[in-house]
Amino acid sequence: MKHRTFFWFILPSLAAMILFIALPTVSVAIQSLFVEHEQVMVEVENCGPFKCETVLQVDNEATAALQEDAPLGRFNGLGTYTNRKHLAFEQVGVAWNETESLGAFLSELLNLPFYKALIFTLTFTFVVTPFVIVLGLGVALAVNTVPRLFKGPTIFVSLLPMIVTPLVGALIIFWMVDADGVIGATLQRIFNNPNLSLKASMPLTWIMLIVYGIWSSTPFSFIVFYAGLQTVPKETLEAAKIDGASRWQAIRYVVVPYMMPLVVFITLMQLMDNFRVLEPIVAFQASAKATSLSWIIYNDLRGGDIPQFGSAGATSILTIIGVAILLTPVLIRTWRDFNRKRA
Amino acid sequence: MSFMKSFAIGTVATLMATAAFAECEIASGNVNVLANDFPALKAVTAAAAECTGGVTVSANHNKDFRNITVQALTANPAEYTAVVVANSSIVPLLNEGLLRPLDDLVAKHGQGLSKNQLITIDGKIMAIAFMANAQHLFVRQDVLDQIGKPVPATWEEVVETGKAIKDAGIMDHPFAFLSMSDWNLGEEFVNMYLGHGGEFFKPGTAEPAINNETGVATLNMMKDLVSLSNPDFLTYNTATVVPIWKSGDLAIAQLWGSSGGELLAGEGAAEGVAENTVLASAPTVAGGDTPASTLWWDGFTIAKNISDEDAEATFIAMMNGISPAMVEANNDAAVWLMDAYNPGPAATGVAATATGGAEPYPMLPYMGLLHQAFFEELPDFLQGNESAEQTLADIEAAYIAAAKEAGYL
Repeated sequence: MKHRTFFWFILPSLAAMILFIALPTVSVAIQSLFVEHEQVMVEVENCGPFKCETVLQVDNEATAALQEDAPLGRFNGLGTYTNRKHLAFEQVGVAWNETESLGAFLSELLNLPFYKALIFTLTFTFVVTPFVIVLGLGVALAVNTVPRLFKGPTIFVSLLPMIVTPLVGALIIFWMVDADGVIGATLQRIFNNPNLSLKASMPLTWIMLIVYGIWSSTPFSFIVFYAGLQTVPKETLEAAKIDGASRWQAIRYVVVPYMMPLVVFITLMQLMDNFRVLEPIVAFQASAKATSLSWIIYNDLRGGDIPQFGSAGATSILTIIGVAILLTPVLIRTWRDFNRKRA
Repeated sequence: MSFMKSFAIGTVATLMATAAFAECEIASGNVNVLANDFPALKAVTAAAAECTGGVTVSANHNKDFRNITVQALTANPAEYTAVVVANSSIVPLLNEGLLRPLDDLVAKHGQGLSKNQLITIDGKIMAIAFMANAQHLFVRQDVLDQIGKPVPATWEEVVETGKAIKDAGIMDHPFAFLSMSDWNLGEEFVNMYLGHGGEFFKPGTAEPAINNETGVATLNMMKDLVSLSNPDFLTYNTATVVPIWKSGDLAIAQLWGSSGGELLAGEGAAEGVAENTVLASAPTVAGGDTPASTLWWDGFTIAKNISDEDAEATFIAMMNGISPAMVEANNDAAVWLMDAYNPGPAATGVAATATGGAEPYPMLPYMGLLHQAFFEELPDFLQGNESAEQTLADIEAAYIAAAKEAGYL
């Protein structure tokens, strides 16, 4: 294709990408470098139904004048990134100097909101992603052997977790694991422990969230693998059979290598998706036991009466950087493969 | 969805204007009310919507209303002409200067208002309060009779009574409060800390002052209480606890006064629960003499960025919304501040808490940030992962980071 034709060909999608992806990201990045103006405070007397008291109040006119001059707020550079709510350089430094053992340092580190969220986010990502790939492939292979008549309904049922809205799916499971719910009550019976609660223990909450993550993402990898399975060349499979390969060997040495590009694709998608885990934490009301980077952003914007845009912006940018770091090894591998094939 | 539904209810109510409120005639104007979503507020907006004439009245009831107030009122003209707020949700609107002083409208149309309904800030009336709310104790008289104890008057007695109920084998988890790890948990800390006589900030500044013995005592009391609560306590909000109370699995709970009507009516409750539900003042703590609770008011405010005509129409409609006729028709839906209100059994808890001298929730611009720091850091302590001192230090550090970003420090 000529460069000129190519340019005109991708212009619409390029424009859409700039408008809907690049510009918002840039605006978030800029926002994260600013904090709000110093609030000009005045002492006023407030009276309500219960009593009067003298308190500090924001001086609207003075603050409005400041805002007029610089609508973005005060420039803070990377200050928001390094404060306690984010990378917390100062606190990490103090913890490093003052703790004796690595364990003590780690427990200090996990007391900081960003690192606490990061550790859950990474655990979630690295446990859910491989499970989703293996299970998705397993389900796809199983469905592929189902007689033609039952294939449609089986595929539909397998896709259900993906069809159900994530928040609704999570809520349904949340009610089921409640001490009075089907799963919760059954577990109490099995372990003969009336105080067993999936919501009250941190490890069980993590397991619950991870199981939910696997449940809700597996259909995606299943459907991709299932589509891929239809294109595996029959001749190669038959040749393998003639050579005496068992079903397992045929899968291991024919199907899986053939599907490798799909595995890479799903890994990429899942790493990105799982790193941004939010819905299950909200729906399972699990923020006391597990927080994620996306949950921190949500909490900054929606947790209290005053939204903290700068802080939310900084966490968003850190999330993007995190995703980029996670994807780098996969992308490098793909790039090498691509070059090798071209050569 | 809830927006469309509320909108439809508002519109239908407008169409169904009844003779009882026929005195409200507004020639023209546009009234659009944004409010939280609970029955008492719906009664107010429905009554406001009964005004007739050229005026159009609609209302949006939304649980997440506080997340949209600032943006909705910043627009010019504002998206809503009135917002129903409480002590805390009025603060962001005041901080941005989005509310209209109501002195002239009160002088012109507010003859029926009593003085304690006027929320004045720096001498200017900024809101008209119409109902009060507070968290207070709910107890099951039959369970207390079984172990022969009186209604607890202090939190220490609550712990003692709760243990007695547990030891008697009546219930495993006799106590609950609204300890969900969001705004609710922060509110419990605020209540308990004020009950201990604590101050949140160094006088005249936005610097936190909670890392002290009062803070430690507050945390220890909260830990004693959660040990009597279900291990799921970090997921307990009003929507969770009210059904548990109705099922008869709780003996003592600290809940919002606004739940009183529902629990006394006992719809869907197990047998014998509603009859034995007693509403009492919030207890005192650590030898203090004021109940460990905060007083809240709900009231309406009027947007600044609207025409004077709409503002006047809104004020008249909202005055009709809180009219004596509305109070009479919905007497037990809330603790109303209007003279026409006839306090019923559902109001006893709030009334006792208010006369006991509980503090109003602090209406400070930076209180919301401290409140948020409370609920972000408290679960670590309540789950036994760290010491009280460490938690208090964490709360202060989290607040300072947020307050610096918001420009208060």
